[in-house]
Amino acid sequence: MASLISCPHCGPRPKEEFAVRGDATLLRPAPEASDEAWHAYVYLRANPRGVHVEHWQHVGGCRRFLVVERNTLTHDVLSVADAAEVAQGGAA
Amino acid sequence: MSAHRLLTGGLIDRGKPLSFTFDGRRHSGFAGDTLASALLADGVSLMGRSFKYHRPRGVMTAGSAEPNALVTVGGGTRREPNLRATMVELHETLTAVSQNRWPSLATDFGALNDRLSALLSAGFYYKTFMWPSAFWEKLYEPLIRRAAGLGRATLKRDPDAYEKAWAFCDLLVIGAGPAGLMAALTAGRAGLRVILADEDFRLGGWLLSETRLIDGRPAHDFAAILVEELAALPNVTLLPRSTVFGWYDDNVFGAVERVQKHLPIPSDKQPVERIWRIVAKRALMATGAEERPLVFGGNDRPGVMMAGAALTYAARYGVAVGKRVAVVTASDSGRQTAAALARRGVEVVALIDARTASAQASPMPEGARTLTGAHVVDTLGRLSVEGLVTVRAGFEERLDCDAVAMAGGWNPRVHLACQHGAKPVWSDVHQAFLPPDVGPDFQAAGAAAGLSTLAEALGDGVRKATAVVADLGRSAPTVPLPEIDAEEAASGAAASPVWLMPGARSKAFVDFQNDVHAGDLALALREGFGHAEHAKRYTTNAMATDQGKLSGVNASGLLAAMKGLSPAEVGITTYRPFYTPVSFGALAGTARDEEAVPHRLSPLDGWAKAQGAMFVEAGLWHRPAYFPRPGEKDWRASVDREVRTVRAAVGLCDVSTLGKIELFGPDAAEFLNRLYCNPMLRLPVGKARYGLMLREDGMVFDDGTVSRLGHQHYLITTTTAMAAKVMSHLEHAAQVLWPALQVRFASVSEQWAQMSLAGPKARQVLQAVVEDDLSAEAVPPLAAQAVTLRGGLRGRLFRISFSGELAYELAVPAGHGRAVAEAIMAAGRAHGICPYGLEALNVLRIEKGHVTHAELDGRTTPDDVGLGHMLARQKPDFIGKRLSERYGLTAADRGQLVGLVPVDRQRMIRAGAHLLREGAKPSTLNDQGHVTSACYSPTLGHPIALALLKSGRERLGERVLVWDRLHKEEFLAEVVSPVFVDPDNRKIEPKEPA
Repeated sequence: MASLISCPHCGPRPKEEFAVRGDATLLRPAPEASDEAWHAYVYLRANPRGVHVEHWQHVGGCRRFLVVERNTLTHDVLSVADAAEVAQGGAA
Repeated sequence: MSAHRLLTGGLIDRGKPLSFTFDGRRHSGFAGDTLASALLADGVSLMGRSFKYHRPRGVMTAGSAEPNALVTVGGGTRREPNLRATMVELHETLTAVSQNRWPSLATDFGALNDRLSALLSAGFYYKTFMWPSAFWEKLYEPLIRRAAGLGRATLKRDPDAYEKAWAFCDLLVIGAGPAGLMAALTAGRAGLRVILADEDFRLGGWLLSETRLIDGRPAHDFAAILVEELAALPNVTLLPRSTVFGWYDDNVFGAVERVQKHLPIPSDKQPVERIWRIVAKRALMATGAEERPLVFGGNDRPGVMMAGAALTYAARYGVAVGKRVAVVTASDSGRQTAAALARRGVEVVALIDARTASAQASPMPEGARTLTGAHVVDTLGRLSVEGLVTVRAGFEERLDCDAVAMAGGWNPRVHLACQHGAKPVWSDVHQAFLPPDVGPDFQAAGAAAGLSTLAEALGDGVRKATAVVADLGRSAPTVPLPEIDAEEAASGAAASPVWLMPGARSKAFVDFQNDVHAGDLALALREGFGHAEHAKRYTTNAMATDQGKLSGVNASGLLAAMKGLSPAEVGITTYRPFYTPVSFGALAGTARDEEAVPHRLSPLDGWAKAQGAMFVEAGLWHRPAYFPRPGEKDWRASVDREVRTVRAAVGLCDVSTLGKIELFGPDAAEFLNRLYCNPMLRLPVGKARYGLMLREDGMVFDDGTVSRLGHQHYLITTTTAMAAKVMSHLEHAAQVLWPALQVRFASVSEQWAQMSLAGPKARQVLQAVVEDDLSAEAVPPLAAQAVTLRGGLRGRLFRISFSGELAYELAVPAGHGRAVAEAIMAAGRAHGICPYGLEALNVLRIEKGHVTHAELDGRTTPDDVGLGHMLARQKPDFIGKRLSERYGLTAADRGQLVGLVPVDRQRMIRAGAHLLREGAKPSTLNDQGHVTSACYSPTLGHPIALALLKSGRERLGERVLVWDRLHKEEFLAEVVSPVFVDPDNRKIEPKEPA
């Protein structure tokens, strides 16, 4: 993992201030969605080698959930955005 | 005793003598000395014993690569083992002792290992101590560790302080030698924020050992002038005594600064060591080069050392390492060093050059013989070298000398650049491993980049820094390069290294600290461990505290030669942080004691202490467990009395540690309705409701209360343990799942002191403190409202009962907590009030069948714990709804909450015990469930327990076997309702006034 994460609210901060929550590309299915969709949402996770998009919470800072796009191989952080803004902007 | 102090010269202050002891003997040195230079000056050449064979060893280097001269410095609480004498700055009253010897350095019984060395070959431990395998951990390893050891750390508490700090810069320059100083100056003059870090206590690197003039003045004066200018620049930070030990992601570097390790008694106003995390836009690795030892028979005899080190001792410390020094080399660098040694007044008696044709031979000092095409096959002497055996063209010759300087060429210090997985690159031109290209942010400069002359290094520092300055959008000043007196010719193509001098008559060592010799590497290759990484593990080469700074490249070269390959094909083992050892104290920084594990104290802590509470740690919290009274012989007596008092009269308990989150907004109700599995939309203002939160997988996450304080204003409580997780859960839901909901919330856990007043007399006692009417009509069960205390303080009152008694939870601003608790105690005295702690609270709730995280352990559903009726399936959605409907979570044979009463009423049930059918064979294969909570019930007068039992609710009245294998217990218990006391909830609101 990168040493620093650039929080859109707090600026570049040490990774120790953040807590990872997991894959940010999974969208919570509708209540009536299929068993398969719910199973995938709750249990199935990819472990990609390369670009990965995750939720990280800035627990030691603004406490916002962030969508962090990073490369698991090179440890580069490619982009960071506020999760609520991403969700409301319709992009994941 | 042939090493001695020269009459003149050296960067030591001869006006400041310092006295110190080594192995109890008094010595003296000067300010500016290291422990190693002062010992050499006093004629001490024997400084340690090797790890495995206990061979006598002397100092080999003058820097951080030192494998042999490991000492323990200081005493008592400040005893520090395994320090390199070459890095210990001398101070008055310093005490040092040698290691890994008994009874003394000169007479070490462990040296018997050396005689037995034929039996102790590489892989010996693996081959010999394999059987029986159980013996390894208990017998073999401790024995081996005792025999082959380093120094011992003190077990006493470290009295000193450590800290960590962040630093930010445009350019980090690692190493303050010729390239580093010029780079820092170039960037500093251009206005960049520069940090210049060097592991030495004096900045200058090789310039401090250089014997030629630069710009007409001594090289160390030239260095001092540069350092002076740098120190005056406000944008430049100098970090001497600071080792950059690691290169991490985002060009963040780790460094350890030894702030006060050189002082006899450190000040308590400063840390002794400081870890820096340096965020550098660009960095230059100006770490220089490490001289390569030559591998020949007897090359570990004390007095044999690196040629560059011998020169450093002469030039920087004014110490001649011997009276008759022989220089052994396979390169021009050895010849140059021999000449420089002579210039410094050290007598060089012979130059043994393995090369036959050394055309561009430097002029040799007078009286020195030159033997070309010669090899050293052995050294003479015991505790120090007394001569060499050389072979030239088949003829053997003995050479008299008392010190041997080895010059096997130079290895660029590439470690930092290789810590991200990139491998050093073998260069046939340089005959050395060069740093890999790791991009523009981190570049090597000077000798670390493979440059071999002083002029090249100085120029490279300017050039690389100029590029950084331009890259960062500044204009670089012109930094003129100095004139060097009698510059050496650029060596051009390096001669092929001599990895092993043929014909060794005794062990030819590769790794000095771990006692790996050339024969061990050959054995590793023969036995199939010829890969560089395998050979390392098989022989332990490069695995000692010096991490192979001298041995790594030689091992690679030897393996390559034996395989008939180029070192490029063999490669080199992986470099990882730390470059040199870092103390645990520095790594811990301030994180110890309460700084590491803070004590969270309730606002009522002072009150509880005054009440004589015994405390228990619950996570970070220190919570009152019980309040003993005189005459109570054990904790149970106190807890039983507290429970009886609550059931019969009234008790006061601190519940401030519960998590409290306050929510506002038009969508707060909808938000909570989606978080809890039970309905929340129609909770009236002024009411509280018990709530269960599920995880998305359908298991219970946490429980607590939801109170509606206003139309769009809620307060929820969480369990103490889950407070932070629930907060994060809410934040995730609000920000990620449903960002459109208009709700805002904040943790108010720390803002309120909260106390539970429980028992039949609770209302009378509380009414004495609260102005508002507390009648059952005004404050019915599950009321949640603001109240005014007598005296005007505003608080919040909740009619919530965990004990099953008439109970209130009163919350007041934290700062008023103690005063309010004391007022309640005073009001309750006439009613027989007592404080009660966590233990009594637990007994009260078990008696009442209320669950905690002992039952809600992440594997239970609401139905498992008897709360299935709370699941509001008519709600369109809530977290956990969909997966809670799965078959596996609704199956009839799941564990269900039941009560247990031992058939023999004297038997205490223990939590964790298994439940089996009566008569079943005790085995986990027959498992029917387990005990989750157990206690003695003073109300019923016998032990009780809560348990999760398969289909338990259908099995009331059945007898089950309670099996606790750990405590070797098996006895019968009867399955009963989990509500042991007041199943009809009559006590919550007694009919007649108490």
